[in-house]
Amino acid sequence: MRSTLAVVRTVALGRLREQPLRLVVTVLAVALGVALATAVYAINSGALSEFGLAARKLVGEADVVVRGARTGFDEDLFVRLLGDASVEEASPALEIELAPLGDHPPLAVLAVDPFRAAAVQRELVAGLGGELMALFRPASIALSAAAATELGVARGDEIQVRSGSGVQRLEVVQVLPAAAYPQRLGLMDIATAQWAFDRVGRINRIDLRLAGGVDVARFRTALEARLPPGVTTSGPAAERDRAANVTRAYRVNLNMLAMVALLTGAFLVFSTQALSVLRRRSSLALLRALGATRRQVEAALLAEGILLGAAGSAVGVLVGQAVAWLALARLGGDLGGGYLHAVAVVPRPEPTALLGFFLLGLVVTAAGAWVPAREAARAAPARALKAGDAEHAARRLRPAWPGLSLAALGAACALLPPVGGLPVFGYASVALLLFAGMLLVPATAAWLLGHVPGTRRAVVSVALAQLKGSAGQSAVSLAAIIVSFSLMVAMAIMVYSFRESFERWLGEVLPADLHMRVAQAADTAFWSAADQADIAALDGVRRVEFARQLSVYLEAGREPVQVIARRVSGESDFDGLPLVRGDLAAAPPGTARAWISEPVHDLYGLDVGHRFTLPLAGKAEMLTVAGIWRDYGRPGGAIVVDRDWYVATTGDGTASQGAIWLQPGARASDVEHAVRAEFPRGDALQVYTGGALKEMSLGYFDRAFAVTYLLEAVAVLIGLVGVSFAFGSQALARRAEFGMLRHVGMLRRQVVGMLAGEGVVLGLVGVLYGLVLGFLLSLVLVYVVNRQSFNWSIDLAVPWLQLGALSVVLVASAGVTAALSGRAATGTNALRAVREDW
Amino acid sequence: MSSPDWVLKISGLVKRFQPDRPPVLDGIEFELRRGEYVAIMGESGVGKSTLLNLMAGLDRPDEGILSFDGQDLARLSDDAATRLRRHEMGFVFQAFHVLPYLTAADNVGLPLDLAGAPRPERDARVAAMLEAVGLAGHAGRFARELSGGEVQRVAIARALVHRPRLLLADEPTGNLDPRTAGQVLALLRAQVHAQGASGVLITHSRAAAETADRILVLDGRRLVPAGATA
Repeated sequence: MRSTLAVVRTVALGRLREQPLRLVVTVLAVALGVALATAVYAINSGALSEFGLAARKLVGEADVVVRGARTGFDEDLFVRLLGDASVEEASPALEIELAPLGDHPPLAVLAVDPFRAAAVQRELVAGLGGELMALFRPASIALSAAAATELGVARGDEIQVRSGSGVQRLEVVQVLPAAAYPQRLGLMDIATAQWAFDRVGRINRIDLRLAGGVDVARFRTALEARLPPGVTTSGPAAERDRAANVTRAYRVNLNMLAMVALLTGAFLVFSTQALSVLRRRSSLALLRALGATRRQVEAALLAEGILLGAAGSAVGVLVGQAVAWLALARLGGDLGGGYLHAVAVVPRPEPTALLGFFLLGLVVTAAGAWVPAREAARAAPARALKAGDAEHAARRLRPAWPGLSLAALGAACALLPPVGGLPVFGYASVALLLFAGMLLVPATAAWLLGHVPGTRRAVVSVALAQLKGSAGQSAVSLAAIIVSFSLMVAMAIMVYSFRESFERWLGEVLPADLHMRVAQAADTAFWSAADQADIAALDGVRRVEFARQLSVYLEAGREPVQVIARRVSGESDFDGLPLVRGDLAAAPPGTARAWISEPVHDLYGLDVGHRFTLPLAGKAEMLTVAGIWRDYGRPGGAIVVDRDWYVATTGDGTASQGAIWLQPGARASDVEHAVRAEFPRGDALQVYTGGALKEMSLGYFDRAFAVTYLLEAVAVLIGLVGVSFAFGSQALARRAEFGMLRHVGMLRRQVVGMLAGEGVVLGLVGVLYGLVLGFLLSLVLVYVVNRQSFNWSIDLAVPWLQLGALSVVLVASAGVTAALSGRAATGTNALRAVREDW
Repeated sequence: MSSPDWVLKISGLVKRFQPDRPPVLDGIEFELRRGEYVAIMGESGVGKSTLLNLMAGLDRPDEGILSFDGQDLARLSDDAATRLRRHEMGFVFQAFHVLPYLTAADNVGLPLDLAGAPRPERDARVAAMLEAVGLAGHAGRFARELSGGEVQRVAIARALVHRPRLLLADEPTGNLDPRTAGQVLALLRAQVHAQGASGVLITHSRAAAETADRILVLDGRRLVPAGATA
């Protein structure tokens, strides 16, 4: 044991004394990766825990939640369930999203019978305190503390919300304590809400508490069979996980990006350790010759890596938690993604999670250090003592078969379906292809360098010969930058493809001069048939098309699907409907046509020609899929139906959104003012030109992906640090060589230029390799990970300019870094280094 | 004006590394005649390598004149000194210093490549030089495939392939066994004379020094003929 400690001390502490700055930067690189992973987790976990807390308050003690479309179902169902012997308590509810006037997000409102709700949502209703009876006053509402703060109102104040195209005033009769409900919520009496928002006799939720001894699963199965079309049941766990499910793909993607940064850090450790071990090969062999066992040398090198990992991981988890606080304060719980806009998140440190990330950082760095440690320990001391053995050791990495095998496995994984709605095999494919790519670097680098044409110019030919002669070591030094650059290329292609597709999609779905909707929340805000006629009759309006959007449940346990009733025949055939498949062929007799979005196709297994039932107005309508269209706006899926058919079927002639085509010469701003002037508080209507809406949407998109750009930049930065280490390390090891070259007549600037040239060639090899590998990875991201995560397709597009500029910057950085390393290594010491023995 | 009969002339040379310390070299006087092969002996740390660096224009004296074929080395810029070494000097080091990633032929051809010699001439001279040092069949081999003596022969060939006027050898046999060392020293002397070059052999081995035409000893910061010291 004592001798092992002596070897550890000699190897690890010796290096610390020799290269303190380099070790500090390596520790920081590991810390950066761990910090990112910790921060993303802490932010996601904080957001979800707040969501979960809020959901628990709403579910309360319910055993079963019965849900219907937002438009609701007849409250007779509640009466029937109340009479069921298995049901101990039943609480009817109307969930609606109100549209407060002014610059406010939609306000979720739960309208309940307070006396019945007190038995189920005990904590929530208890928040009303002594003001429970006040809720029965006409047009009254209680607000959670967060909602009151956002709306800037207090008890006794009044809020104005959109009702139809008019305005409804509500008195704030109570502000709930923050502990009663942590997020923004309005609580109303169900009768008041039904009356105020024209929902008399309709509810969309019933919370059930079952009698003791009732088998919940069996009860649910029996109940499902008796429920009207479009009404489903869910359990409390599913209700609590609802928010988590909606944001899961986005969160998983962010976590994967954070893991990429951590992985890049691990490759940096591998690269740094591998080069350092190669450079110390003869010293390690000397230790072996002096009596250190293989295990002791391996343990010493592994301990060195673990020390680096422990230091980096410790710093990383602390910085990560701090970053989470900052990011939540500045960007919110979704890091600007727009998915969790209603959540105010308080990050709470989770000791177990922090320990987990510390250990994760430790394990990946230890793995990065273990490979070179094992190789060095296995080297024959006699051979390792000789100069030139380092490249011999690096050449052992050259066989191509492990890389090719992993690549084949990765390609096979890309063909497998999602698991639980997540692209598990897609990510496995990315990881396998990435590792395959790394394993193939030595062979490819040797092949590429072997094909660089020779030259008569001495400086260039020496540089090329050096690169060809040390291809193995060059490959190791390129590992970190290739990993980070290829992942960055893949992400850049994926994000650019998505943005291009999104922009094109916006152009297609926003074909009119003006687009308008009553409010962001469509539950209570709509235009009546008379309103629509008034708008159509306005000066400057050539044509106007209205649409109605509502949400329905197609399957129990899934998120609701948006039904969009709009014009799909005649003059404006498929304006604004970007079809990817299908046609206008007439539907079979007895069915109506429906055009489903890609998520509906993926999630419900529906395809062109398939028939399905759509619950509308309490009836099950038989529809045939006439086409599939691309939709980036509704991740839960959307179904377009003909509006004439919809109105005839449901009697609902209201519209929540509209599009206006102007008469020649008419000004958009004049028509916009005319529309606003038609309605009370018309200033609060959402009326935009197609261009403005497109610009706004792209702004949201860019904000949502800002974090991914940041994570990519960090990964590349870590990679560049790796390259600079590699050049610095190699230049130091080659001092005597530079000294000899100076002796035989090579100018100092020629030596520096030679190194810069080597840097440029090596950078070029790394960049070319990274581009190819990144492109392959992007195919998996675009066609597998994206599709399986979000259920929508995007068209592959390559950001040539961005990648070209980045490649030039990277190659130039490699050249400059190498030249700087060369300058430092070609000073007077280099002349003296020729006196040193190799 | 006829060129002087010496290649290298040193007069009143002083070199110190720290201003407040005694100089390492103090008042060195030395002339190396054309075709002459001189050995400089001395104990470790007396400044032999410093003197060699000064002769090569790799370092500058604090005082005195250091003239190579009429040119004051101390006045040459770094680039000019480098070009002078490239064309007029050859070096052999104790640790060989052949580039591991170049073949023996490419190592030997390096000075000619740096001087921009035409390819056919370069190849012919490299082949001739390899043959001269007894490595005709080893042109395509790398350093790791050669013995220590063979590697040093490559270094000697590299030092002389561009026909320098001055060869500077710093302990060229320090890493070799006595038999191989003897062969290398004989080869070095033969090649210097065969090419009409002048040579300076730095060594602390009496046996090695005795292969030279003249032996000097660096002692007490001055250069004195062997036998003149106490």
